[in-house]
Amino acid sequence: MITCKGLCKSYGDKKVLDGIDLDIKDGSIIGLLGPSGAGKTTMIKILTGQLDASGGSVEVFGKDVKNLTGDDKRNFGIMMDNFGVYERFTCRDNLKVYADIYGVPKENIEKILEEVGLGDSIKKPASALSKGMKARLRLARAFIHSPKVIFLDEPTSGLDPQSMRSIHKMITDKKEEGCTIFLATHNMEEASKLCDEIYLLNEGKIVEKGKPEEICRRYNRLKKIRIHLTDGKDMEVSAGSESADTINALMRSGMLETIHSTEPTLETVFLELTGRGLQEAG
Amino acid sequence: MRNILMVIEKQIKDTFKNKTILIQFILFPAMTLIMENAITMKDMPELFFTRLFSVMYIGMAPLTSTAAIISEEKERNTLRVLMMANVKPVQYLIGVGVYVWSICMIGACVMATGLPGEKVPAYLAVMAVGFVISIIAGACIGIWSKNQMAATSLVMPVMMILSFLPMIAIFNGSVEKISKIFYTKQIMDLMDGIILKETAGIGRFGLSVIVINSALLIVFFLLAYRKKGLE
Ligand SMILES: Nc1ncnc2c1ncn2[C@@H]1O[C@H](COP(=O)(O)OP(=O)(O)O)[C@@H](O)[C@H]1O
Ligand SMILES: [Mg+2]
Repeated sequence: MITCKGLCKSYGDKKVLDGIDLDIKDGSIIGLLGPSGAGKTTMIKILTGQLDASGGSVEVFGKDVKNLTGDDKRNFGIMMDNFGVYERFTCRDNLKVYADIYGVPKENIEKILEEVGLGDSIKKPASALSKGMKARLRLARAFIHSPKVIFLDEPTSGLDPQSMRSIHKMITDKKEEGCTIFLATHNMEEASKLCDEIYLLNEGKIVEKGKPEEICRRYNRLKKIRIHLTDGKDMEVSAGSESADTINALMRSGMLETIHSTEPTLETVFLELTGRGLQEAG
Repeated sequence: MRNILMVIEKQIKDTFKNKTILIQFILFPAMTLIMENAITMKDMPELFFTRLFSVMYIGMAPLTSTAAIISEEKERNTLRVLMMANVKPVQYLIGVGVYVWSICMIGACVMATGLPGEKVPAYLAVMAVGFVISIIAGACIGIWSKNQMAATSLVMPVMMILSFLPMIAIFNGSVEKISKIFYTKQIMDLMDGIILKETAGIGRFGLSVIVINSALLIVFFLLAYRKKGLE
């Protein structure tokens, strides 16, 4: 569906994307995880034809992205962090503008507003919406024409938990309908929860990729097991067979309350690979 | 074609919501009605306010509203969303232009109510041409500016020149000389002819000012569009 090879983008002397290879399959949620300034927005702009690459190739629907027609682009749903709404229009009128352009029946407008949890705000002007509600309106706009591929640029950045949950639900629902979703985020939990495959992006380079659990397992060098005891104490033992007796004994004596493997989170993997955290600014 | 209609429909819906632009559209037609009916002095030149406000309307309403509409959509990036929905820049510009022109023509019809019937067609024709030129000027500014603030600061001086110079020219000889190189002053003179005389016409100089003004604006427009597109 989307492939890019050796994709580069520079602004003047500054290399923002440096030799990116991507291969996105149909019907999955792909995460592009990286801190602010890593090049996520630039990446989406190039994949959607809003910006030309400086080098490498990008193919979407089997065509060079430069040759995409308007009909091809109809299959895109895009939610960029800086795409605004018509503030003076109601939620319904906002969506009606695009529904008309895309030739989507009017009934779908209310349906989709219900789906993103704005059913009660259909007649509210966008200017009266909270940040989270506005984000949901922008998400509804990206979905209104039932696109095949959806690009989301930090859809939940800075939102309240309720809006975040509702957006996450929409994303997984869309996946179940067979959409392909490309999600750029700096939120590690969001990426590991939603994505089938993650690309870790740092300073314009992909530093690691794979299924979230796989990545974490790959970097599980310490291989420790953490045990919480009934007396409130914690202990760590190695994950090898040599610990079997210890654990066995604890279980027999009823001292063992919880037991966990200690795989690293994506956050720690990222830190290990790049020496910087995901929340740090570029 | 459909996309153009969608843009127009969206703008029409916004007309009564967008107070700053709405005021632009109704200010001069309303003032014309009020002044022509309220003020009846002996030495008042015939249809003075209609003539004066018509030209100020041409110099202000289409210019400000076109620039404001385009720059607001740029600022909020809603324009980019439209482009991603496969609305072509030309379709968008035509949509906005047709909308502003139509609303201004409604205003012009209101202003024409004081005129003798046989003068109305010529009056409206001149207004129509004036609006088109001002819309192009407004589009230049809208395309050139990144946001509404930038657009407003560009609109101000241009509006002063187009709208106020012809007015000040009534009282000041040297301003009149300068103002003659702008299309609004030429339109004002033409309008005076239409309204006050039996036969009206425009001289070779007047015509060339209007043509050159329009040509320059179109060149500016193309340059701005080439350089910035609708980004
Ligand atoms: N138009 C531009 N001109 C110059 N530099 C830019 C431009 N857009 C983005 N950049 C730079 O490119 C880098 C990546 O930006 P971006 O793709 O927005 O990152 P992210 O979305 O991951 O935060 C940043 O260092 C940013 O400063
Ligand atoms: Mg970004």
